[in-house]
Amino acid sequence: MIVHRKKLNWIEKLYLPAILGGLAITWKHFKKSLLGKGVITMQYPEEKWDAHLPAWYRGAPTLVKDEHGRERCVSCQLCEFICPPRAITIEPMEIPEGDPWRKVEKAPQKFDIDMARCIYCGLCEEVCPEQAIYLRKDYSITGLNRTEMIHHKEKLYEMGGVMHGLVFKWNEKK
Amino acid sequence: MDASNFISQFFSPAAWTLLKSLGHLLMTPSGFFIWTTLLKSIILLAVILGLVSYTVYAERRVSALIQDRLGPNRVGWQGLLQPIADALKLLLKENFTPKSANYFYFRLASKLAMVPPVLVLGVLPFGSSLFGVPMTIASINVGALYVLAISSISVYGIVLAGWSSNSKYPFLGGIRSSSQMISYELSLALSLIPVFMIVGSLNLDEIVHYQVSHGWMIAPCWPQGMNFHTLLHPLVLWKSFSAGCSLSQFLLWIPLCISFLIFFISMFAETNRLPFDLPEAEQELIGGYHTEYSSMGFALFFLGEYTAMIAGASVITTLFLGGWSLPLIPDGSAGWWWGLINIAVFFTKIILLLFIFIWVRWTIPRFRFDQLMKLGWYFFFELAVANIFLAALLLAYVKK
Ligand code: SF4
Ligand code: SF4
Repeated sequence: MIVHRKKLNWIEKLYLPAILGGLAITWKHFKKSLLGKGVITMQYPEEKWDAHLPAWYRGAPTLVKDEHGRERCVSCQLCEFICPPRAITIEPMEIPEGDPWRKVEKAPQKFDIDMARCIYCGLCEEVCPEQAIYLRKDYSITGLNRTEMIHHKEKLYEMGGVMHGLVFKWNEKK
Repeated sequence: MDASNFISQFFSPAAWTLLKSLGHLLMTPSGFFIWTTLLKSIILLAVILGLVSYTVYAERRVSALIQDRLGPNRVGWQGLLQPIADALKLLLKENFTPKSANYFYFRLASKLAMVPPVLVLGVLPFGSSLFGVPMTIASINVGALYVLAISSISVYGIVLAGWSSNSKYPFLGGIRSSSQMISYELSLALSLIPVFMIVGSLNLDEIVHYQVSHGWMIAPCWPQGMNFHTLLHPLVLWKSFSAGCSLSQFLLWIPLCISFLIFFISMFAETNRLPFDLPEAEQELIGGYHTEYSSMGFALFFLGEYTAMIAGASVITTLFLGGWSLPLIPDGSAGWWWGLINIAVFFTKIILLLFIFIWVRWTIPRFRFDQLMKLGWYFFFELAVANIFLAALLLAYVKK
């Protein structure tokens, strides 16, 4: 496609009409915003967009239990290996004799996610063979120092809660 | 003298005589001149610095409103304390000097950017008179020349900053700025010559007084001798209007309009504001000449820029918009409250001009550098020179 450059006549070459036209447009916006109309700013801490978060929103990674209250994670450590910034640290343990879920064999003894490192990529969720780790909708993760930014196992289960049934990842949008 | 008796009992007799002689000394003409000038300077500086920080605030709010946003509205009511928070933040930051920078010139440059615009304010008549004291810090006969000379010094701050930072973006910004300011300096000064030819003086006070009697420079005609009493008499009012409108006034108005336009646009280039803000074009040069500065070094550049804006606005007000004068409002000799109103009028005009500066900035995109140079050298320079001859011819025709 050839775009022809229009020859400007002398009034257009003065630029002044165009500048005045531009000023009129900005003035219209200024007046409208001054009257409080059309301002799209959201006052963040008071107004939040939480209600509009989509189901597949990638917030903080969390651990989930199944409907029987069993922790789904089997400490395979795949998430630890795939995590690009190496935010996850897992110490596996053997499930002791006498435990009703003894035949699962392994569970995490320690499961730390360093939220100062996590990039919310969701790879951990994608790689987990047991569907034990999910990215939930929490996005405002703060702490006063680096150690406070590490989410331990208890915190992860508390944030994750219970997940019923399986999620078929190959479905449209999870 | 009850009051003085009352006060004197708190002092020993020797101290009281000393105080009294000091008081006499302050009321001698030269003593009076010294302390009033000092007082004027301090108050004006305080007012201008306050105005500068609130211009920054206004820029942020106005730009936000133009772009359908809100802008800073958290610190204090509607964010009015934001400038104070900004100043505190900048004061607490580390004043960093890059290792390869030339320390002396690097530090000097930021001061050089702040000082010239403040110096310009010294000769501007910001009011008529208050209690008989003229509201100009220094009413010098070369006032307008002084303004042009000092404002061209401010290029040194930018050039030195660009060179001494020893880094490529500031260097490019410094080069751009020096060529831009030198080019526009020319049309800035030339555009003013018709004003001086018509008034016949370089003294800014006299230029304002000329406008009080003959009408503002950008007005095609001006009612003569209008005041509150004639307002109620339509016939007298009509006479004052018809006396003010003459062919000669209208003819002289043409070169003045061209002057005003050139001066106004060149002022944008001179203060490095959009559409001519190439020295600090963020998208190309990061921050331009002040990229390497932090903390107060940066703040001085920033404030210097806004002070230059205010100085520019006050020069435009003084030369073209009648300074502190407003029709119907007498000057300070009619009473101190009129003097105060005159000062308020001057600052209101400045604030309106500042708003236009801000408004233009958030409307027009940046020029390309060759367009900028072409506009300066091929268009404004020629127009300003031709305008001088036009004004001279018209003056020769009009002169009584
Ligand atoms: S979301 Fe990404 S970065 Fe965060 S823990 Fe999971 S794999 Fe690591
Ligand atoms: S969360 Fe999933 S991937 Fe990570 S260790 Fe547990 S089971 Fe394995």
